[in-house]
Amino acid sequence: MLKSKHLIGLEHFPISDLNKIIDTSFKFKEILNTESRKSILLKGKTVVNMFFENSTRTKISFSLAEKRLGADSINFSASTSSVKKGETLKDTVQNIESMKIDGAVIRHGHPGSALKLTEYIDGAVINAGDGSHEHPTQAILDMVTLKEKFGKIKGLKIGIVGDILNSRVARSDIFALKKLGAEIVVCGPSTLLPGDAKRLGINITYNLNEVLNWCDAVIALRIQLERMHLGRIPSKREYHSEFGLTYEKISKLKKDIVIMHPGPMNRGVEIDSKVADSDNAVILDQVLNGVASRMSILYLLLGDGDIKL
Amino acid sequence: MIKGINARKILLKSGRIIDPFSKKTFNGDLLIESGKISKISDSISTKGKDYKVIDCKGLVVTHGFCDMHVHFREPGREDKETLESGSYSALAGGFTQVCTMANTNPVIDSPEHIHYIVSKSQKLPIDIFPIGAVSKGMKGEELTEMLLMQKNGAIAFSDDGIPIQNAQFMKLALTYSKMLNVPIMNHAEDIFLRNDGVMNASSTSNNLGLKGNTSLGEAVMVYRDLLLAESLNSKLHLLHLSTKEAVDLLKQFKSKKQLITAEVSPHHLYFVDEDIDSFDTNLKVAPPVRSKKDRKALIEGIKSGLIDCIATDHAPHTLEDKETTFNEAAFGMIGLESCFGVVNKVLVKENGMSLKSLIEKITVNPRKVMNLETNLFATGSKAQITIFDPNEKWKFKNSHILSKSSNSPFIGKDLVGKVKFVISKNQFFTL
Repeated sequence: MLKSKHLIGLEHFPISDLNKIIDTSFKFKEILNTESRKSILLKGKTVVNMFFENSTRTKISFSLAEKRLGADSINFSASTSSVKKGETLKDTVQNIESMKIDGAVIRHGHPGSALKLTEYIDGAVINAGDGSHEHPTQAILDMVTLKEKFGKIKGLKIGIVGDILNSRVARSDIFALKKLGAEIVVCGPSTLLPGDAKRLGINITYNLNEVLNWCDAVIALRIQLERMHLGRIPSKREYHSEFGLTYEKISKLKKDIVIMHPGPMNRGVEIDSKVADSDNAVILDQVLNGVASRMSILYLLLGDGDIKL
Repeated sequence: MIKGINARKILLKSGRIIDPFSKKTFNGDLLIESGKISKISDSISTKGKDYKVIDCKGLVVTHGFCDMHVHFREPGREDKETLESGSYSALAGGFTQVCTMANTNPVIDSPEHIHYIVSKSQKLPIDIFPIGAVSKGMKGEELTEMLLMQKNGAIAFSDDGIPIQNAQFMKLALTYSKMLNVPIMNHAEDIFLRNDGVMNASSTSNNLGLKGNTSLGEAVMVYRDLLLAESLNSKLHLLHLSTKEAVDLLKQFKSKKQLITAEVSPHHLYFVDEDIDSFDTNLKVAPPVRSKKDRKALIEGIKSGLIDCIATDHAPHTLEDKETTFNEAAFGMIGLESCFGVVNKVLVKENGMSLKSLIEKITVNPRKVMNLETNLFATGSKAQITIFDPNEKWKFKNSHILSKSSNSPFIGKDLVGKVKFVISKNQFFTL
């Protein structure tokens, strides 16, 4: 099993745990590819999925992962719960906890909410995205996808394009890639790049073509359109022209590069449809790997460890 | 309007050649062929050649002047100035390149607008480089498409005319412009401290009963901008400095960062608030002409090199805009035609600045700030040359003005130093 009890973020996550999760993900991917696609590894375990913020693929991905493992899962979303009636996070969670659960998956708009949850419940907590802080399961599925594609992560050249400053995906990806020995260049408008690139050990550029010509794989991040209204980018048109993965830019490259995107995509803004749907895009592989990775995470955090895969 | 002749083969004979790029000064000849610098040497023979020879004895031959801050009113107020009338006004002052501010109507705040200015300027006798607005509609709220604007020819970004009051927006603008390596040029006046002032806050404004604009308004915003630019490592250009406080602040920051540049306008070097004794609306300008102490600091600042450039802030207005009360009159004055005679008189003749040093402030220095070519006397370069008599005394008159507007407080003033010839875009102009 793992050294860690929870999966809150990757910044301080042990590298051995990270590698174990990634390697185990491939075994679950095999199971997903079998006819029955099911196991009973978490039979009798109860997981609560707490989504305080909207989510489509992460929520479905976790639900599916739990079902495929044979766990009982209950879903909770803030919009239809007592949170609307003014209940605090602590009360909500402790009520759920008293119903005897083994693990909790939490998505919340505020950084630190997943960590906070570990104080209130005994089971394992899995962070499914806490504000602009971290989104570790997304990063893990990205690592699985990269490893599947390239056979290794060490030494890979990875470009990350978009709103690096506010993206939990970027942050978790950077922590994971650094741990696993990849080289990283981030690219985006200067208003959406972190000022502490040195501390993160990454290189920064405003020139997307430079990144594309250098990298083995590029991760395009969703540009949150509300950033425009906060004045950080002047228009969709300018963003698309300078930082969008356009067909024009990609088709000029001398070698093929792998195209990734955590979804949901703004087609025509950060990525052209023609690029998103191209053979080099692994965006849908990322989705399937998301289920396998989450099965791996749930199994390693909640499982008894004596059931052999 | 003045007519040029084709600069096919022109020999500038026996001039005092001052090259502010190489910093060399010598007496010699300069040959232009097909509008390009063909040869510069002590003496070029005319034997058997069909050169048009211009006798430059007693005259200075130097780079065409560059004014990084003018307001041509096209589009929107073509009755005040057009790109065309503005270029002749510039030529009359010895300027071969100008940068136009974005506060037209509509505001130059999109790549399409930049494209309009660039394409309309193609056939004009000088180079016009549009400065794009920092914010959409110059409202200080949303960034313009600076990357696309730069691709279309925007040379820098400014909301000049309207101060960027919101510090967070200014921070974003300075951050975004880092990608472009061009300066943000803010009209640094705190609008709350300006408090509707129409002239410098002083005993003169008190005597005249006019609302005063305190020098603190400029100082506060200059300080803010300097702090932001320094911490972000961004390029900042301070426009039309008018106060001693701003000069002192610049001194503090300039030593640390090369990314900060500044300009001063001829009228702030020439006039003081006491000159507004008879409500001359042509002296109403933003920022206002200040006290003797401020003027002295500005002169010292430009002499010491702390202030990099001289820029006219040429701001044409109609007679109706100025033939009214001081309170109601428009801010601004034209400045291109009178510029050299004014700054040469004030700085070189009266305050001991070297002519070479003055030339740098209106040639290489503004070009450096704007990322324009500075080595203009390299063989093969397109000829941009201004030839002037540094000692000619003349009275500035309406007849010297080629601008569509004539709102100049210099009319009737005795100036020293007069531009005689200009070569620009393959044409030779006699003034």
